[in-house]
Amino acid sequence: MGVVARGRWPLMAALALGLLLPLVLDQYKLYVLSLTLVYVILAIGLNLTLGYAGQISLCHAAFMAFGSYAVAILGQHGVPFEAGLVVGVVLAFGWGLVLGFPALQVKHHYLAMVTLGFNIIVFLVLRNWESLTGGSFGISSVARPAWGPFSFKSDRAFYYYILAWAAIVVASAYWILHSRWGRAFRAIRENEMRAEVVGVSLRNYKLMAFAIGAAYAGTGGALFAPLLGYIDPGAFTLDRSIQFLMMVVLGGLGRFEGPLIGALVVTVLPEVLRGSEGLYLIIYALSVILMMLFMPKGLVGLWDLVWRFSKSATSPSTSSASPR
Amino acid sequence: MGDFVQLTIAGVSIGAIYAMAAIGFVLLWQTSNTINFAQGEFVVLPAFAMVLFFVILRFPFVAAMLATVIVSTLLLGVGVKELLVTRLLKMGVLPLVIATIGLSLLIRYSLQQFWTPLALPFPAIFSREPIRLGTVIVSLEEIGNILFAAVVIGALQLFITRTKLGRAMQAVAQNRALASVLGINVGRLVTITFVLNAALTALAAILIAPVYLVKYDIGVSLGLKAFYAAIIGGFNQIRGALLGGLLVGVVETLSAAYISSHFRDAFALVILIAVLLLKPEGIWGVKEEWA
Repeated sequence: MGVVARGRWPLMAALALGLLLPLVLDQYKLYVLSLTLVYVILAIGLNLTLGYAGQISLCHAAFMAFGSYAVAILGQHGVPFEAGLVVGVVLAFGWGLVLGFPALQVKHHYLAMVTLGFNIIVFLVLRNWESLTGGSFGISSVARPAWGPFSFKSDRAFYYYILAWAAIVVASAYWILHSRWGRAFRAIRENEMRAEVVGVSLRNYKLMAFAIGAAYAGTGGALFAPLLGYIDPGAFTLDRSIQFLMMVVLGGLGRFEGPLIGALVVTVLPEVLRGSEGLYLIIYALSVILMMLFMPKGLVGLWDLVWRFSKSATSPSTSSASPR
Repeated sequence: MGDFVQLTIAGVSIGAIYAMAAIGFVLLWQTSNTINFAQGEFVVLPAFAMVLFFVILRFPFVAAMLATVIVSTLLLGVGVKELLVTRLLKMGVLPLVIATIGLSLLIRYSLQQFWTPLALPFPAIFSREPIRLGTVIVSLEEIGNILFAAVVIGALQLFITRTKLGRAMQAVAQNRALASVLGINVGRLVTITFVLNAALTALAAILIAPVYLVKYDIGVSLGLKAFYAAIIGGFNQIRGALLGGLLVGVVETLSAAYISSHFRDAFALVILIAVLLLKPEGIWGVKEEWA
């Protein structure tokens, strides 16, 4: 149980930091932090699909697009933000099922290809279905949510709105992973055949891991649109999907804190290296390769080392290996 | 009708180039279970090398071609195998997938950053002079590409079926553990496969350079075409990748001409999805065991 306790206090610290930081940040940094939270939501979804259930998805940005375009298009017709969000999440979840159903019957590489292809199709449709999506110009002035007289229009208010959703997502993911489902997901990742033999219905669980990941992407997408205020197809390319993949990998595949750290690094690093975007991408690519070679457990793996070291310094007792 | 034949020939010509990349892709998968997400960049890097040797350093054409193939086989063949694949192969499919995605980004953005973000023109290898055959007009370039690709693929096929090394490769593809027990040095064969793949992509690069312009990001779409071709035709068969490459080339050319060029990339995808739904092992593929 030490693992759970250990998993909990950094989360609490992160939440406290998330609540207090906006009070001291300027507008631009607040925006970066808001974006990080949106990416945390998306990365948690992908970590569920890829990190825990081992199903590779290269169309996370496409699922995200369902959320973004749902709130943007419905918002133009005066539909409240939350209703748009639900529509986007349902769409993403539904497409997750549709896509997962044939693809999950076959092996890894097919799922990679199908999802990769799906992202390209969604991008092409967004760009060419002008009457609905505004084509390559996209949709501008996406409204932020408002509850009667109370609106989340200001950057700070909307930040707390996103933070609330991020907390809901983190909590729900925590709940899923500690339920029967989470254990089934991990069983599938470790050994599909063995999982099936002990009675895990492979197809259903894989399908759900895939579709739930997609639903989280829809949630993140719905928050992304009003944060930026405008959306265009360029925000939902294959490159963006790969970016999410990198977040999860850099953070630590199949580790609960992984997506939080990964999203933070991937969002903040380019801001630090601003002005040399090409160089940033090169560093980024190199670090992914080096990570795979030397640190396949991601940045969380580093954290583990520090933790174990500090623990062994205080008590010589052996710390149990963490069940992933 | 003349139009149709003409467009089909143009499609076969571009499809033959896709097929070369797709065949390399399939070879890597067969012998080393590597899904090479950098296959597009494996074409782009030699294309830049060709610009360096042929356009900038003004090597004679054949010398530039040889130099390009050598650079490609050393860097993308031996180099990638020794530095990345040897270590990651033991860890399953996924780490290697992610590493090749990283590699594709690394090659793409290094070329953009350290060479040029602009498209580099490349002189035509074959004359673009139109040739009239009845109502059909074709260019020497199209015919040249098709013949060149046919010779390369034919030679590869001979190598695989007629030589001892080639047959050892087939054995590794069918059952790695058993091949190893039979005394085949699997690691060395994986290296040879990577070298073969790098040579194939280098040759494809030389053909594609005059058709597309040489730009750091053309690998994205090239890599995709190679994937599509491999899946449509059959992921575990060379003839499948050949068929898939030609099909992708022809379909995209015809659909761009007759339906809409906006969705040019989408039609190959439609076939892809149909194939995945109806015959997931590919049109000409063989069912693989569940892994």
